[in-house]
Amino acid sequence: MAQSESKKSVISIRNLKKYFGQHMVLDGFDLDLYEGESLVIMGKSGSGKSVMIKCLVGLVPHDNGTINIMGRDLDLADENDMDYIRTEVGFLFQGSALYDSMTVRENLEFPLRRHTRKFGEIDDATPLVLEALRDVGLEDAIDLMPEELSGGMKRRIALARTLILKPAIILYDEPTTGLDPITSKEIVMLMKRIQEQYKTSSIIITHDVDCARYIADRMILLVDGINYAEGTFAQLDASTDPKIQAFFKT
Amino acid sequence: MILFQSWRQNISDFLEETGELAFFAGRFFREVTRRPFEFKELLRQCYNIGNRSLLLVAVTGFIIGLVFTLQSRPKMMELGAEAWLPSMVGISIVREIGPIITALICAGRIGSGIGAEIGSMRVTEQIDAMEVSGTNPFKYLVVTRILATTLMIPLLVVMSDFVALMGSWLVESIKGDVSFFYYFDEVFVSLDFADLIPSTVKTFFFGFAIGLVGCFKGYNCKHGTAGVGVAANSAVVETSMVLFIIDFVSVLVSDLIF
Ligand SMILES: Nc1ncnc2c1ncn2[C@@H]1O[C@H](COP(=O)(O)OP(=O)(O)OP(=O)(O)O)[C@@H](O)[C@H]1O
Ligand SMILES: [Mg+2]
Repeated sequence: MAQSESKKSVISIRNLKKYFGQHMVLDGFDLDLYEGESLVIMGKSGSGKSVMIKCLVGLVPHDNGTINIMGRDLDLADENDMDYIRTEVGFLFQGSALYDSMTVRENLEFPLRRHTRKFGEIDDATPLVLEALRDVGLEDAIDLMPEELSGGMKRRIALARTLILKPAIILYDEPTTGLDPITSKEIVMLMKRIQEQYKTSSIIITHDVDCARYIADRMILLVDGINYAEGTFAQLDASTDPKIQAFFKT
Repeated sequence: MILFQSWRQNISDFLEETGELAFFAGRFFREVTRRPFEFKELLRQCYNIGNRSLLLVAVTGFIIGLVFTLQSRPKMMELGAEAWLPSMVGISIVREIGPIITALICAGRIGSGIGAEIGSMRVTEQIDAMEVSGTNPFKYLVVTRILATTLMIPLLVVMSDFVALMGSWLVESIKGDVSFFYYFDEVFVSLDFADLIPSTVKTFFFGFAIGLVGCFKGYNCKHGTAGVGVAANSAVVETSMVLFIIDFVSVLVSDLIF
């Protein structure tokens, strides 16, 4: 880890707290994401992983703590900062979240037409749409509706929609959940390729140990609202702590 | 005691819901004037609303006009007042029946559709995805739909009034040999501004209510697919209630003014 600490931190979370009424979800969570790394976060279902990354992009307001993304404090961010953050941070939702009233092409064009800061006003978005689709290997699907796609294809299209803005950071919320092992493997390999090709930094939330082993440069275990353990896959796998072991022995 | 408590619970739920709805409406008025305006989406919504309910509203309107005239005709003849029939039918349709029937149909057709559509976008995180795509989902989804219903319902009402009068005329022309021009002349002579203005103004409120409640229900849809059904269903029920309240208030107000 010494070598990653010398790198620039692109996301840093300090003492993040989140309650839903009386129900405590995050209780002082800390995280650093360094440039170019893949950070895997594991935690039980309902431990607050989705809530945590939604706090990161301001979808869920947090109760306490600071979130700093590429040098911008989320609490102090004005509209411009927010726009910057949302262009540079791609978000892959747990259920793909494709707009089901739009075709694949329109789904991909949507963020492009909205975030004019990075690419300006675009007359013909087709080349960019095709490029993003080529990255995920689904050029043929350009004129399909989301309901015509399989679960794995939806996940890829959602990834293409995230990639189209060429974000510096990608947040993946359970990218392989609900897919068969072979398709999961394909998605994970795709994520790795994208990571290498575009030099993105990513946070990957997953239950999938194989996925974690393949892609993680570093891991954080989220237990009881805090970052219970941190380290490389090998380090955590070798731990004797029963709470940590519970994630790995399957 | 238990009954009393459940009543108290119901009343406090009702007040809470009303407060949230008012807050939602307030947000609409704040955002409607702010840039950017989603014109394209507004047009698409207007088209959708018209497309989805035009035929339904027309057929219902026609039948209502027809049935209404068929049923009142014998009584009017008995009283020797069949010459008054066009004006009576005209006033009833334009002032009350046309607007409220159209609005109720649209509450069922459009309000529930909006509730279900936005609700399912909420539970499948499409609204969140929109937000991270740099689009204000409230503006893109809610403001456009509320504006669209507010603009389109009055148009649908005008059309429904006209078709209902056509239905009524059809009966008159078959049973009483009344000509088209005579019939409509009678209708328009008997309608004055005190009839037209309040009944037109209230249709804008009807449209606003249909869009507002549908969007409110969908936007605050609780998680899970079951929530979508609840959103659609309660949108219809609550919109219908709101429509009758608006209708009642509009009668009171227009009574005071005119
Ligand atoms: N909008 C909300 N209102 C109230 N409670 C919520 C809300 N969103 C999440 N929670 C609660 O926060 C906790 C964490 O939810 P979260 O979705 O982050 O879990 P997760 O770790 O992503 O689980 P999974 O692996 O199943 O996706 C859960 O107990 C959930 O009930
Ligand atoms: Mg989750």
